[in-house]
Amino acid sequence: MTTLLPRPGAPPADEHELRERWEDDPGIPGFFGTVDHKRIGVRYLVTAFAFFVVSGIFALVMRVQLAAPNAHVLSPEAYNQLFTMHGTTMIFLFNTPVLAGFGNYLVPLQLGARDMAFPRLNAFSYWIFLLGGLMMYAGFAFGTAPDGGWFAYAPLTDSLYSPGKGMDFWAIGVVFVGISTTVGAVNFLVTTFKCRAPGMSLSRVPIYVWSFVVFGFMVLFAVPAVTLAAGLLEFDRLFDTAFFRPGQGGNALLYQHLFWFWGHPEVYILFLPAAGMISTILPVFARRKIAGYTWIVGSLVAIGFISFGVWVHHMFATGVPVLAMSFFSAASLVIVLPSGVQFFCWIATMWHGKVRFHTPMLFAMGFLLLFLLGGITGVMVAVLPWDWQATDSYFVVAHFHYVLNGAVVFPIFAAIYYWYPKFTGRMLSERLGHASFWVMFIGFNVAFFPMHMLGLLGMPRRIYTYESGLGWDWLNLVSSIGGFMFATGVGVTFVNLWVSRKHPRDAGPNPWDADTLEWATESPTPEWNFAAVPIVASRHPLWDQRPMTFAEDGAYGPEGALRRAIPITGGLGAEPEDVLYVPPETALPFWVALGLALVFVAMLVQAQLVAIVGLAVAAVAVLRWTWRIGDRDIATRPETEP
Amino acid sequence: MRFAVDTPPSILDAHGSEAHHLANVWWIMLGIAAFVYLVVGGFIVLASVRGRRREPAEGPSRHDQYFIWIGGVIVPTVILMFVAFLTVHTGAALRAPGKNPLRVHVVGKEWWWAVEYPGTSVVTANEIHVPVGQPLEIQVDAGDVVHSFWVPQLAGKLDAIPGQHNILRFTVRQVGVYRGECAEFCGLQHAHMNFRVIAETPGDFTKWLLHEQQITPVPSSELAARGQLAFNSSACAGCHAIRATDARSNVGPDLSDVGARARLGAETVDNTPDNLRRWIADPSHFKPGVRMPPAVNSPDDLDAIVAYLEGLR
Repeated sequence: MTTLLPRPGAPPADEHELRERWEDDPGIPGFFGTVDHKRIGVRYLVTAFAFFVVSGIFALVMRVQLAAPNAHVLSPEAYNQLFTMHGTTMIFLFNTPVLAGFGNYLVPLQLGARDMAFPRLNAFSYWIFLLGGLMMYAGFAFGTAPDGGWFAYAPLTDSLYSPGKGMDFWAIGVVFVGISTTVGAVNFLVTTFKCRAPGMSLSRVPIYVWSFVVFGFMVLFAVPAVTLAAGLLEFDRLFDTAFFRPGQGGNALLYQHLFWFWGHPEVYILFLPAAGMISTILPVFARRKIAGYTWIVGSLVAIGFISFGVWVHHMFATGVPVLAMSFFSAASLVIVLPSGVQFFCWIATMWHGKVRFHTPMLFAMGFLLLFLLGGITGVMVAVLPWDWQATDSYFVVAHFHYVLNGAVVFPIFAAIYYWYPKFTGRMLSERLGHASFWVMFIGFNVAFFPMHMLGLLGMPRRIYTYESGLGWDWLNLVSSIGGFMFATGVGVTFVNLWVSRKHPRDAGPNPWDADTLEWATESPTPEWNFAAVPIVASRHPLWDQRPMTFAEDGAYGPEGALRRAIPITGGLGAEPEDVLYVPPETALPFWVALGLALVFVAMLVQAQLVAIVGLAVAAVAVLRWTWRIGDRDIATRPETEP
Repeated sequence: MRFAVDTPPSILDAHGSEAHHLANVWWIMLGIAAFVYLVVGGFIVLASVRGRRREPAEGPSRHDQYFIWIGGVIVPTVILMFVAFLTVHTGAALRAPGKNPLRVHVVGKEWWWAVEYPGTSVVTANEIHVPVGQPLEIQVDAGDVVHSFWVPQLAGKLDAIPGQHNILRFTVRQVGVYRGECAEFCGLQHAHMNFRVIAETPGDFTKWLLHEQQITPVPSSELAARGQLAFNSSACAGCHAIRATDARSNVGPDLSDVGARARLGAETVDNTPDNLRRWIADPSHFKPGVRMPPAVNSPDDLDAIVAYLEGLR
C-alpha cells in the first residue's frame, strides 16, 4: 500500500491546491485566527524569548546592585520587585512556554501528523498564556509590581503585608498560565496517543515525544496544586477567607505544601523536555542510534512518579518532624538514579559514536557538564541535615541555576541551533554559534560557581544589599562580571539569528542527516506538514527507511491533506482507525481568552461593567465554539471542497 | 565597644555542635562530589573525542549495557546508600533534646528579633547572650510573617512560622560573637534583619543575666533625665519598652539595655551616639521602609533622648 514519493524538498504536484486549503488568511484575521501548530509554536518561542530578555535584564540590574557592598543602584522595593519578577518570569513565562513552543512545533511533526489533536484549544492555550503573562506585568503599570517572591509565601503576600494590587495580578496570572499549561498537556497527550503516523507503535515513539507524554501527565497532577495555592491566596486577599491565616484558624504552612506539591514536579516538568531535546540531538551528532532507548523512556516515567514524593525537601527548615522529612530526603536521593541512567545512556551513545561538534552538540556537551554539577549539588541539598545550612543561602541559588539555567537553557539553545533550519529553512552561522556557546558557558560558570562559595560563607538569598567585611565582596563582583558575560553570549546568538535573516544560507530538508520525521518534509515546514502521510517501520525512520516511505495516494495522502485530514491511529501499534479533520482558522479561542482576562482584571480594579462585558464575550465565544465541535463539514472550506 | 562580629559567618568555620557535624558532612560530600564529577566528566569528554577517527558502531553495543548498569545503576546506588546512611546518622544526632537545657525564646518580626529568657524578666533584641557548653533550646516564633533563624557558624536554619513553635537545639562550643541572619524572605528589609549571638563562659553569662534582671534606669545626668521625660511623653513610649519605667509597649524592640548593644536596627549601623541620634531622627535614612517613624523633631529632645538611651546598659 505504500509507494515512494519524491524525496522531501521537491514540491508536490498539487502544491497550489494544498496552499489554498491550508494557508491562513493574510493580515489581522489570520493572525488572530490561526490554529496552525507551527505558527502557534513559533509564537510561543518568540513571546517566551521576549520575556527571557526582560527577565535577564532584571537579573543583570540585580547583579549590578550586588556587585559591591552597600550599593544604591536599586531601592529595596525595586530589588524585591525585580527578583520576584525574575523568578516568576523565568519559571512561568520563559521556561515552561519555551518548551511548550518547541513541543508545539515538533511533537506533531515527529509523530508524522498534520496538526495537534485539538488545534483550536492549542490557540487558546497560547492566548491565555500571553494574557496571563501580561497580567503579571500589569503591576508595573499600576505602580505595584509583585514583590512577595516568585513563591509568594503567605502570610507575607496576604493583604495585610502586601496591600497593593501587584500580588493580585500575580495570583491571577499564575492561574491563567496554569490553565494554559494544562490545556497544552491534554493536547500533547491526546496527540501522542491518537495522532501517530501509521506504524509508529509506542516503542517507536521518539524520546522527545515521550518526554512530552510524561510532561503532560505531570502537569495534569501538579498544576492544580499551584492553582489552588494562588486561588486560595487570592480568596484570603479579596474575601478574607483566612485559609493561610493562623490567627483565624488557617495554616501558613499549608500554602508551602500546596505550592511545592506543584513546585518540585515543575522542576522536572521543565527538565524532562530539555532532557528529551538532548536525547534527540546528541545521537544525531554522535552518528549513532541512542543507547538504551527503553532505559531512557523508563527513566522519564520513573522521574515523573518519584518527583511527586520530594516536595518537602523545599521545606526542611520549617519544623516538619525529622522522621517525616527523612522520607522526602530519601525520595530526593532515589530520583537521582533515573537521571544517572539517562546520563550514562548519553555517554554510551557517544562512546561508540563519532561526535561532530556542531553548535547544537556543543550546547549539549555544555548541558552534560553543567547538569552533572547541578545534579551533584542536588544530592547535597537532598541530605536533610545539611540542607538546614544550605537552604535559602546562595548555595541553593547556585544549585538551581546550574539545573534550571544550565540543564534547561543550554538544551534550549542546542534546540534553537538544531531546529532553526527546520523552522526557517536557513542555517545559522557555526562561527557565531561556537562563539556564543563558549562565552555563555564560561560566563555561566563565572556567574554561578562563586555563588556556591557565597552560600558556604553564609550569604542568605533575596537580600538587596550586604555590608562589607563578611567575605562576600569579591565573589559577588566576580559573579556580576560573569552575569554580563553570559548575557553577551546570549546576545551573540541573537546576532546570529539576525545575520541569518540578512544573509540566508539554504538549509535543505535534512541538514543534520537526522532520524526523526520532522526532517521528512521540506524546511521550512509547509502548512500541511506532510503532503503524504509517512508510514513508519522503525524507531529511526529516516535512518532505517532510506528512502522514507509515504502512504499511497488515496489512503491519507494528498487527498487527506486536501481535506485537512489526519489519520486517527490507536492501539499500541498505531493502526489507522478514523480520520481527524483539522478545523479552519478561527478567532474564537482568542475571544474566549480575552473575555476571561477582562473578567478577572475588571474584578480586580472594580470595574463591574467591563467584567460583565468580558463574561458575555467569553460565554458567546465558548457557545459558538462548542456548537461547531464535531461538525465535519466545517473542516473543509466550502469553496475549496474537491 | 566592638561593633563587628568576630569572624565572617562561614558555615565551615563551625563553633556550634550542629554546625560542626554539618561541616564534617560537607567535607565528606565534597570529596565524593569531586570524585564523581571528575570521573563522570572525564567519561563525557573522553566519550566525545575518542570516536573522531573511527566509524560509529552499527546497532547496539554490549558496552552500552555496561555503561548503563555500572555507571547509571550500580555505582550511584552504592554512593546514594552511603549518603542516605550519612543523612540518617547525622540527622538523628542533631536537634535531639539535651540535658539541663537553657531555653531562649526568639520572635522574628519585620525586621528585627525579640529575645526573651523564659523564667526571668529579661527581654532584649537582636543580641542573644548564651553560655558555651550548655545545651540550648531556642524557641523560634514568628510575630507576623515567615522568617528563618540562622547562625551559620552554630547551626542550620529553623523557620519562624506564624502559628507554630519551632525549637532549635544545639550547644555553642567556643566563646565568641557570631553573626545571625534572617534567611527567609520577609519583605522590604529582609536584608537588614540580622542579629548576633554572644557566647560567653557560663560565669560571664550568669553575671550578664543577673545584671539584666537588676536594670534600673536611673538617668546619670540632668540631660539624660530630661531625655527620660521626653522619651516617655513622646511617641517613643508608644512602641518601645524600658524595664522599670512607664514605657511598656512591645510593638518595637525592648530598649532596656540599648546602650550596651553593638549595633542598631538589627545590625544595620554601629551603635554610636551620633548614629543613634540620626537613627531616631530619621530611621529610614539607614533602613528605608523600616516600621519606626521619625518621632522626635526638636534637636534638644533628640540630644536628651540619646543621652538617656546611651546610659541604658
